[in-house]
Formats: sequence, C-alpha cells, structure tokens
Amino acid sequence: MTTGQAITPVTAEAVTAEAVSEALTAFLAERIKTEVAPDQDLFASGLASSMFAMQLVVHLEETYDIAIIGPELKLDNFRTVQAMTALVLRLRDG
Amino acid sequence: MPDAPTLVKCLIWDLDNTLWQGTLLEDPGVRLPDEIRDVIITLDARGILQSIASKNDHDLAWQRLEDLGIAEYFVHPRIGWGRKSDSVCGIADELNFAMNTIAFIDDLPSERAEVSFRAAEVRCYPAEQAASLPGRPEFRPDVVTVDARRRRQMYQASFRRDAERESFAGPDEDFLRSLELVMAIKRADEEDLSRVEELTLRTSQMNATGVHYSDAALRGLLADPGHEVLTVTLSDRFGPHGAVGVMLLEYRPGVWHLKLLATSCRVVSFGAGTVILNWLIDQAARAGVHLAADFRRTDRNRMMDIAYRFAGFAEDPCACLTSTSPASTASTASAGERDGVQCLHLAAAPRPGPTTMRLTAPDLTAGRVPVR
Ligand SMILES: [Zn+2]
Repeated sequence: MTTGQAITPVTAEAVTAEAVSEALTAFLAERIKTEVAPDQDLFASGLASSMFAMQLVVHLEETYDIAIIGPELKLDNFRTVQAMTALVLRLRDG
Repeated sequence: MPDAPTLVKCLIWDLDNTLWQGTLLEDPGVRLPDEIRDVIITLDARGILQSIASKNDHDLAWQRLEDLGIAEYFVHPRIGWGRKSDSVCGIADELNFAMNTIAFIDDLPSERAEVSFRAAEVRCYPAEQAASLPGRPEFRPDVVTVDARRRRQMYQASFRRDAERESFAGPDEDFLRSLELVMAIKRADEEDLSRVEELTLRTSQMNATGVHYSDAALRGLLADPGHEVLTVTLSDRFGPHGAVGVMLLEYRPGVWHLKLLATSCRVVSFGAGTVILNWLIDQAARAGVHLAADFRRTDRNRMMDIAYRFAGFAEDPCACLTSTSPASTASTASAGERDGVQCLHLAAAPRPGPTTMRLTAPDLTAGRVPVR
C-alpha cells in the first residue's frame, strides 16, 4: 500500500480523497446519526444547521491542519461530503 | 451503608460568575473571591480533583487562572465553545471516573440542565452553593491518604492543553428547542442602551463585528431617522438571559449598512448571531435592498466571521457600495478594506424564520419599500 502510494502520485491523491471522504462520512454519522451519501445536500435535507456548519469548519481545520478563511468560508463548500473533501484537498495542496 | 453518600472524586467548575466574579471576555480583571480560593485549596487537600468546563477563550482564561495563582489546581480543563455536557463527560473519561463521582458547579440553570440532560448522574450545584461544598458529606472523605493528597499531581502528569481543539461542538438543535428560547429584537431607547453598555465596550468585541462604537455615539443616533439602533434580548424556560446583543444599521439608498453587531459570548452556542443575521437579511429582502456589513477580524470573533460568511456575506463588488456619496467618510462603505475593516456584501433574498427559537422583531420595511 505504502509503496503504491509513493510510486504513483495520482493514486496517492485518490486514496487521500477517499480517506477524507470516508472520515467525514464517519464523523457525520456520529454527529447527526445518519449515513449520508457523498453528494447529499446536508443543509437542503435539513440534516445540518448553520450552527453545525460552524462545527464542521473547526473540525476540518483541526483534523487536516488547514485554515479556512475569507471566501473559502462559504456554505457551498460545506454542503456535501464531496464539497468538503474537495475543499480539504485544495487547501492542503495550496 | 445506604446513608453514606457517594463521595465526589472530581468537582468541575464553570468560570464566569461561578469560580470568579464577572465575565472574562467583558472584564479581563475578573475577581476571585477569597472564599472560593479557600474551597479550591480545601478540596484539593482532601484529594478531590478539580477541573473546569467553561465557554471561554482558552488562552485568555488559562492566563487569568495562572495570574490568579490557581491554574495548577485543575486537571484536564475544558475551555472552549463546546457543549458543557461534552466537557463534563470528556473530563470523566480522561480521569476514568464513574459519572456518579463527578460534580459540576455553574451559575447558569441552562448549563446545569444541559449537563443533567445528557449525564443524569452528575451532581450539579448552583454557583451560590460554592462556599458550602466543603461542608457537604459528599465532599468529606473519612480518611485522606498521602496518595489522595498527591492525586492531583499524578493526574497532572497526563495533563494536555489541547482542550479547546477537541471541544468544539455546539448544543444540538433538539436540546436548543427544549430550552424554549425566545429572542426579542427591538428599537432601542436610552434604557435599552444602558443594558447593552458592556457589549459596546472596546474590550468586549468578541463575537462582534470588531468595529467599535461608543455608548455616546450610539445614543446620539437614537433619534436619527437615517440610522437604526436595535437591541436583542433572549430568554428561555429558566428565565431571562437579559440583553445579549446590539446592532447599528444605517439606511442608504438601495443598501442597508450594518455597522455594528455585538452579541454576548454567553449566547454564541445558541446560534444567536445567525438568527439575528437571517432576520436582517429577510427584512432587507422584503425592503428590496442589498446589505453591507462592516467586519474586522480580531482574535476573538472567529464565530461571527463564520456566521457572516455562512449567511452569505462575501467580498463581492457591487454598485450599491459606491452609489452613495455622503460627505462623511464614516458613512461611506467602499468595497474592500479600510483600517482592517472589510465591507462585506450580500444581495438579500427571503429567509425562513429560526427553527430553534421564537423571534419577535419590528418591521423595518414599514415606509421603506423602495419607490420604483
Ligand atoms: Zn449591492
């Protein structure tokens, strides 16, 4: 596994996205007691409130050692597991 | 031995208006009464551990505890913006103590209720009983061994200071609804402004827009038809939280300019900032105007920053921000930054009312619907 990641960065990236997505899904399952699909809108479906969104900001910052500030703090970045995963990867790369 | 109460092995303290007098974020010089210091030292000597569950800025609160010379008495303190029940349960976990050996003292009935709601076995005491705790049987072990006296130092070996990082979790909506919160927004009069005076002090800008307006400046705008000064009060089924917020709004053609929004740190975890912003956005939508909001990031208003952004405020350029030309620079909002103050912008659309509280508020649109 480790060798595979080291050899092909593309795979490593895919694994990372998968890992982030899985960890987030598990975090959400624990917090909102619901299994969510990666593209499920957490806010439209009433599963999450803006209060909860704030907790997501802090959770992502601390879990992935990133700073989410300014324009990145828009609700759309936290709407789905997919969007949050993309945000994490983008900020870690940056 | 059914008559002997289970001994308390750890007492968890709230800080503001429980351990010390006052609210740290509003008064950096909060005072520790001698009788509370005595309680801490007495319980420590009996081998009863003490910890902290406080909604506060971790670094500021810890610094204050150090300055007061009592920081060393507390193990696994949880100082952050999370639920108190999570803090209490987390401390019990860290210590590997059963819940029925934990005690919690807090001045706010709502916090004690929140802890009891999730950890019924924890014994909760109101702040005014602090001085009487050492006299209670559950705080009086028959024998105090040498190990007991060293207990705190032993636990401190595993002391970790990352409490705040782990503890951000707001109260869930179910619990909030169970509080039966009622928020009232009203046009301020002189008396209302006196009630929010501490919120307008420079030192209490936490959770605020980071832009300072003096009490005198706000009073001077009470009768100004171009400005609106609003105060916010909150209550729940346990009673009033009192005046918890103040807003300054300037009406301009096509745009309402939110120049000040300050809320008490006591109500952050109730989502008060978001409720206020959503109400204002809805009012602006009804009036057919855009919203502009001053915001200066400080080390204390992160939650308000997030609340603004999630409400939809952004740094978008818009004609409404430059369309006005009053001579006074104070009332001119230009896009971008001045003195570190950002002008955020939002094209308002209707918003649903809050789901976690009942809201009463004036209709700001009366007489202000734009002429087309
Ligand atoms: Zn505009």
